[in-house]
Amino acid sequence: MATEAETHPAPHGTRRDFLYVAAGAVATVGGAAAVWPLINQLNPDASVLALASVDFDLGSLTEGQAVTIKWRGQPVFVMYRTQKQIDEAKAVQVSELRDPQSDEERTKPGHEKYLVQIGICTHLGCIPNGPGEGDFGGWFCPCHGSQYDTAGRIRKGPAPKNLVIPPYKFTSDTKITIG
Amino acid sequence: MADHESSYQPSTGFEKWFDDRLPIIRFSKEHLMDYPTPKNLNYWWTFGGILAMMLGIQIVTGIVLAMHYTPQANLAFDSVELIKRDVAGGRLIQAVHSTGASMFFFAVYIHIFRGLYFGSYKAPREVLWMLGVLILLLMMATAFFGYVLPWGQMSYWAATVITNIFAAIPVIGDPLLQLLRGGFAVDNPTLNRFFSLHYLLPFIIAAVVALHIWALHVPGNNNPIGVDVKSSRDTVAFHPYFTMKDGFAMVVFLIPYAWLVFFAPDILNHSDNYIMANPLVTPPEIVPEWYFLPFYAILRSIDFPLWFIDSKLLGVIFFGASILILFFVPWLDRSKVRSGTFRPLFKPFYWLFVLNFLMLMYLGTQSPSIWWVPALGKIGVAYYFIYFLIILPLLPRFEVTRPLPASISESVLRPART
Repeated sequence: MATEAETHPAPHGTRRDFLYVAAGAVATVGGAAAVWPLINQLNPDASVLALASVDFDLGSLTEGQAVTIKWRGQPVFVMYRTQKQIDEAKAVQVSELRDPQSDEERTKPGHEKYLVQIGICTHLGCIPNGPGEGDFGGWFCPCHGSQYDTAGRIRKGPAPKNLVIPPYKFTSDTKITIG
Repeated sequence: MADHESSYQPSTGFEKWFDDRLPIIRFSKEHLMDYPTPKNLNYWWTFGGILAMMLGIQIVTGIVLAMHYTPQANLAFDSVELIKRDVAGGRLIQAVHSTGASMFFFAVYIHIFRGLYFGSYKAPREVLWMLGVLILLLMMATAFFGYVLPWGQMSYWAATVITNIFAAIPVIGDPLLQLLRGGFAVDNPTLNRFFSLHYLLPFIIAAVVALHIWALHVPGNNNPIGVDVKSSRDTVAFHPYFTMKDGFAMVVFLIPYAWLVFFAPDILNHSDNYIMANPLVTPPEIVPEWYFLPFYAILRSIDFPLWFIDSKLLGVIFFGASILILFFVPWLDRSKVRSGTFRPLFKPFYWLFVLNFLMLMYLGTQSPSIWWVPALGKIGVAYYFIYFLIILPLLPRFEVTRPLPASISESVLRPART
């Protein structure tokens, strides 16, 4: 099969080279497109996503009380803070914090007594004990000793970040929707 | 080696007919029986055969267990208890499998440390060694997935902490974490996919083991003196000499294994794993299985940031590097002499490396809130990497090695004083 390309080599590759590259490119794109659903199926499915928001009535809480509710399979700490706890959180110099955030940034305006945060240590995902634990009267993670204050901010230990505030909004004075 | 080459003579007409079409009997005879093996292999070399046996045991018991296990978050814990209590002989089969994981890792660590001492990773066995490291990685993944399946508290929180490692990766960390878990937290989808992968990976391991043995049979075995095979006087046939030696070693290995299975099947497990997984309560301390402790200690010891890398990501980088660095050992060690036996300076550094590995293993069990745990941990991490990155490359510049025997048969007849 002495092709034209072999007898008269073109200066910048032959038609056959072009066909090889074109066929290879199409096969690669096609292969990737076929693999994508096999990867994508690993993502959270519709039944998991359907649980992505949850309502909670804060009216049932009394001052100083904290409860843990479940949202997306994760614990959420909801806490009705005492005035003393709020004052403690506000008295902290924000610039000295590892993950600087003021108390106002961690609560909703007008609802500062309520603290809502995901109860998962930002170090390796354990659930901290609290409130009222550790040196700062907040949460203490038993796994590797991270300590959070009464606004859930990291104060001591290996965790890099404050406890995460989930997306939530007040639907009335005492009701919130998380997610 | 010519003496040992194919001695297969098809004796009947059918054998000859079959051999012309599929020479599998010839192949088996050449590689499982006549394969020329250095005659000075010691008992450290029997762990390869022991590992093949362990892979077989794990696959067989695993397939049987899968007939009774239910990979569903509400049922998994109970189904494992059912296997232990109600399934005929289930208590033993489950114990053989769960204890088998520990015995498998015990054997693989000895196998790896044997390679590190006798320089089995050096040319021309680099690919053989790298396939071995790949098998180690696959074994770790398989063991981790398997540990999650009983869905106890340790299972659940091990899955949480280990998948969380991927969240340390910048930018793609959080979406990747959700992709791996199939949800916002470890839950039923996570359990399902871990079961699927736990069933798959052992067969991938078996395939890589086949490549590992293929890569072994091209250059042939290394041996305790590290001198190449020079004539057929240096070797004996694999069968019956090493089938017997390996077989004896397997029997000895099975004694402590059987003791654990019959008398202490739970001794290597954590008591918290007899409590069903609860996403809202973390056990007081999370400890991995013993065979992951050195690497867990490396992960935890890095509690400081470096430049723009935060402490969590840096810990993950060291954790990954501690295993991936094994891939580069064939090129990091510059010594021309293979066997540690003839390297007087290498020996103390090697044994210090072994001790250091055991120290990291111990530190992995201790709470990091004790001040000396992270402090010693940092020393351990430092030496782990110094051994590979500084000692192995630079030692040959200063080391005067002892004279090598002329051949394997000479060393057998007049043993070198070590």
